[in-house]
Amino acid sequence: MDILYLLIPLSVVLVLMVGVVFWYALRSGQLEDLEGPGLAIIVDDDKPPPGR
Amino acid sequence: MSAQTAYNYTVVRQFSIMTIVWGVVGMLVGVIIAAQLLWPELNFGPWLSYGRLRPLHTNAVIFAFGGSALFASSYYVVQRTCHVRLFSDGLAAVTFWGWQAVIVLAAITLPLGITSGKEYAELEWPIDILIAVVWVSYAIVFFGTVFKRKTPHLYVANWFFGAFILTVAILHIVNSAALPVSFWKSYSAYAGVQDAMVQWWYGHNAVGFFLTAGFLGMMYYFIPKQAGRPVYSYRLSVVHFWALIFTYMWAGPHHLHYTALPDWAQSLGMLFSLVLLAPSWGGMINGIMTLSGAWHKLRTDPILKFLVVSLSFYGMSTFEGPMMSIKTVNALSHYTDWTIGHVHSGALGWVGLVSMGTMYYLIPRLFGRVEMWSVRLITLHFWVATVGIVLYIAAMWIAGVMQGLMWRAVSADGTLTYSFVESVKATYPFYAIRLLGGLLYFVGMLIMAWNVFKTAAVGKAADAPIPMPAIAHAAANASAN
Repeated sequence: MDILYLLIPLSVVLVLMVGVVFWYALRSGQLEDLEGPGLAIIVDDDKPPPGR
Repeated sequence: MSAQTAYNYTVVRQFSIMTIVWGVVGMLVGVIIAAQLLWPELNFGPWLSYGRLRPLHTNAVIFAFGGSALFASSYYVVQRTCHVRLFSDGLAAVTFWGWQAVIVLAAITLPLGITSGKEYAELEWPIDILIAVVWVSYAIVFFGTVFKRKTPHLYVANWFFGAFILTVAILHIVNSAALPVSFWKSYSAYAGVQDAMVQWWYGHNAVGFFLTAGFLGMMYYFIPKQAGRPVYSYRLSVVHFWALIFTYMWAGPHHLHYTALPDWAQSLGMLFSLVLLAPSWGGMINGIMTLSGAWHKLRTDPILKFLVVSLSFYGMSTFEGPMMSIKTVNALSHYTDWTIGHVHSGALGWVGLVSMGTMYYLIPRLFGRVEMWSVRLITLHFWVATVGIVLYIAAMWIAGVMQGLMWRAVSADGTLTYSFVESVKATYPFYAIRLLGGLLYFVGMLIMAWNVFKTAAVGKAADAPIPMPAIAHAAANASAN
């Protein structure tokens, strides 16, 4: 099962990368407000102008 | 509208239209191969035989129909939530034309018998290289747009789309590594059970990131938008995302139970598959509960019907999947039509319905209309498709369990009770029910194609302006610098 020498390190590297991105998201304040972002997309009006 | 004050709807429109076109084509091929199982006389010559059309069907529905829906929705969502135009219009056009070229090449090479023989990765190496080029362009356009966003927060749907784009790139490149011997023939870089392990590491993660994470991104934007209320718990959506990303990678070995794969690797795959139930259901509950307090909208809004029922099928198939990965259950289900039933509960129920709901949301907006040409036809499509799915998956469940039981039945003298052909004969009526279910689903897709055609005909290709406050804000920033 030599393939595991590729797949397991690859998974470990990926999980570490995900960890770094998570840490970055945490530190940069992405997870500070967990209410507003949900509302923000509802406020964004993407309906075409009426009359057609 | 000038290029910088409007969103790029052109590429979204192109991918949306092709979603419908490839949906019709892919589902038609599905109906043909279902009919071939019922009437083997329908295998005309080598080019249109079951063995060559089947990979054409899977590629057409997953990568052409599903892929185009993902491109369209991710480009729409990333622009609308980041309040900027796509990073590069030229590169976005490359992704559109490149992806269509991949699909056309698949439709030519697969019937000709040109295949690498790896399930869901059948295309030969020159096409694989084209896919890699398109995918890298996609990543540049998507992440370029994310990085130049005008909003401080990145909406959760974009996290799902981003994870889908990055992971699919890695999966495709690792699994498609091959040694070419001629222009249309190559051999995998891996051999034997090693190849099988890479193949299902790819195969299941493709289910996880292409067919799950990508479409969850769709769900997290279009369900709240169509329902007109924010997602039930934004906090849960974030937890759901990170849980899914951290735990998905090792479910693949459950495709190789009781094979030459080491036993511990099989058990590991089963364990990870069971763990996945929690984050999967987190997303399902979050999406459905978004309607809490607004359930009445389900009665009148057929687009919400599509979106919410798709989540019910998502919940069903993400419960069924972990159960089927348990080795004792798998001993019964593996190699039977139960697997086909499971796949179609996910593909027709989850991926298909959520994509159709999304397209019904997008297409009027892309053609400057308030709603589709006919709302009643959306309702009709919903019921025809849903009845089709139920017939399809119920037939395959019954056929699958029956096959599993017949194959393992042993008589008192120790011989097998049934020969294989007896199980085929017993399956025959269920193939007829499956064909009927598939045909209904296909008819639903035709109804949709007609409705989209009429909407586009009465409408006019329209772009939308980027909201003014964001632009004013950006201008203020620019002058301050």
